[in-house]
Amino acid sequence: MTRLLNNKAIPVILFLALALVPLYSSVFDDRFVLLFATRILILALAALSLDFILGLGAMVSFGHAAYLGLGAYAVGILAAHDIWDAWISFPVAILVSAIFAAITGAISLKTRGVYFIMITLAFGQMAYYTATSLSAYGGDDGLTMWGRSEFFGTDLFANDTSFYLLVLAILLGAYALLKRIAASRFGRVLKGARQNEARLHALGIDPFGYRLAAFVIAGVLAGIAGALMANQTEFVSPAYMSWHRSGELIVMVVLGGLGYLHGAILGAIAYLMLEEVLSGYTQHWRLIFGPLLILVVLYARGGILGLIKGRAK
Amino acid sequence: MSATLLAVQTLNGLQLGVLLFLIAAGLTLVFGVMDFINLAHGVQYMLGAYLAVAGYQLTGSFWLALLFALIVSLLAGLALEFLIFRHLYDRDHLDQVLATFGVIIFLNEAVKVIWGAAPLSLPIPAAFDGSFQLMDNLRYPIYRIALIGSGLGVALLLYVLVTRTRIGMLVRAGATNPDMVAALGVNIRRLFMIVFGFGTMLAGFAGIMAAPILSVEPGMGDNLLILAFVVIVIGGIGSIRGAFIAALIIGLVDTLGRSMTTDIARLLLPPAAANDVGPAIASMLIYILMAAVLFFRPSGLFPVTRS
Repeated sequence: MTRLLNNKAIPVILFLALALVPLYSSVFDDRFVLLFATRILILALAALSLDFILGLGAMVSFGHAAYLGLGAYAVGILAAHDIWDAWISFPVAILVSAIFAAITGAISLKTRGVYFIMITLAFGQMAYYTATSLSAYGGDDGLTMWGRSEFFGTDLFANDTSFYLLVLAILLGAYALLKRIAASRFGRVLKGARQNEARLHALGIDPFGYRLAAFVIAGVLAGIAGALMANQTEFVSPAYMSWHRSGELIVMVVLGGLGYLHGAILGAIAYLMLEEVLSGYTQHWRLIFGPLLILVVLYARGGILGLIKGRAK
Repeated sequence: MSATLLAVQTLNGLQLGVLLFLIAAGLTLVFGVMDFINLAHGVQYMLGAYLAVAGYQLTGSFWLALLFALIVSLLAGLALEFLIFRHLYDRDHLDQVLATFGVIIFLNEAVKVIWGAAPLSLPIPAAFDGSFQLMDNLRYPIYRIALIGSGLGVALLLYVLVTRTRIGMLVRAGATNPDMVAALGVNIRRLFMIVFGFGTMLAGFAGIMAAPILSVEPGMGDNLLILAFVVIVIGGIGSIRGAFIAALIIGLVDTLGRSMTTDIARLLLPPAAANDVGPAIASMLIYILMAAVLFFRPSGLFPVTRS
């Protein structure tokens, strides 16, 4: 058993289990599980993208929810103008996220440490307040979409099961991509910059460009997550970009185990299930969740993966 | 825009700036001396406002409520320091961010449970009720003038404390090289606690002063916290002087920006578009300002050198 739980087996088990969710849902006729799992996967994609820069590159971005909002608004605003095709809205979501990430990243990455945390937070808030002042698109109240994206006449987005499988496929693709990048020269430069920037400079490598590229990749993936989220809820609101959501994404990443990529997926599952269970007991579940988070930070370093590994030893 | 409106908005901007300074001063002190990033500073401002309301309900006097809220704010801050923050000074910033985020989640919910989710208010003290003839056709509430005055007073007090007293000298030394200060026989943990308690009290004071003019509600500290971050990033983290100047700049830019951008946009765009674009640009102004400052000076206007 302990040998099974090594680093390579966990992601395989994880994705297999996720692939079985639609089967479980149809056998037990439990639609809620499927919808809830879809929501988990979408936020897991955002958390995964954050782990890529936070875990690998030690860039504590506190404005990552902005990309969720940008992607969602791209889909929502196009839908408001009666453009429903996914082959238009998703590339637009990707482009908008990439541009925002490139501009804010170029400024933020000139700074370090606490400055970086606060600046990404501020840029996230900038996106948030901009969305609240878009009165043509619902402003504070958000924008209802009355439908989902269309994909060449199929009901890929409209059908709950096919939508779940689409989200899962995107998550798996993103995971495989980031895993590959992490193992490449690019990924090693990122890790090297985290450990010792001076040595990288001595090797003739300026990590700024690598960091910026990673920041943009993470932004784009979170933007895709946002576009998927708009499709799931058929509603877009500035709340997607609130800094609480950015904080939640960081919590997911750390809860799962920083820097392993699949840890972020585990963290998203754990976070949302915990929220679901606690809010079943009391509407004031945050009274329990807040102290729990503090205890995790103080005593359970390494998150869920840290616990599994600790036991495996 | 008329001269009267400009004067009113300038005063409103100063008022926001003063509130921001009270919050940013504690934040920047705590960061400067302890290298500790405290997201919970915003909820301590909120707690100050709620405690003032509670104190008023108990005693019926603004001044007793002020005293009560200041003392309990201080005690609450020290309790948080003792229970949680103390164990985070040696951790990296990510852990500090997460744990203090947990404190925010807890306290925002706790005030909801204790005082309800509906906004509360605190009456303006009788001594400062009414308004003041400032210009020919301009009256301005006395309380708001008093708020600006008390904020400037605290700024002066802080300046004297930091530059003229022994504890201020230790704070400045601690910001530059905490290890050396500890090696010279100063109880650095106690110094941390004093600085932390003082910062908490300043945030609480800001909350108390804001309670009569803003609505007291859960989450009221969150937005100001982020503005305070912008302030200390522009001013240079750890610098009180930087925080003061940046707070006034941010207060003025934000307030004047909100009242002017729509008018400016109308000069360039059709009215309907201007009404949409104006507020969007107004809400981005301070962040653009921050980006511009950081682009040229990555450690803010008054960087503190740390060895």
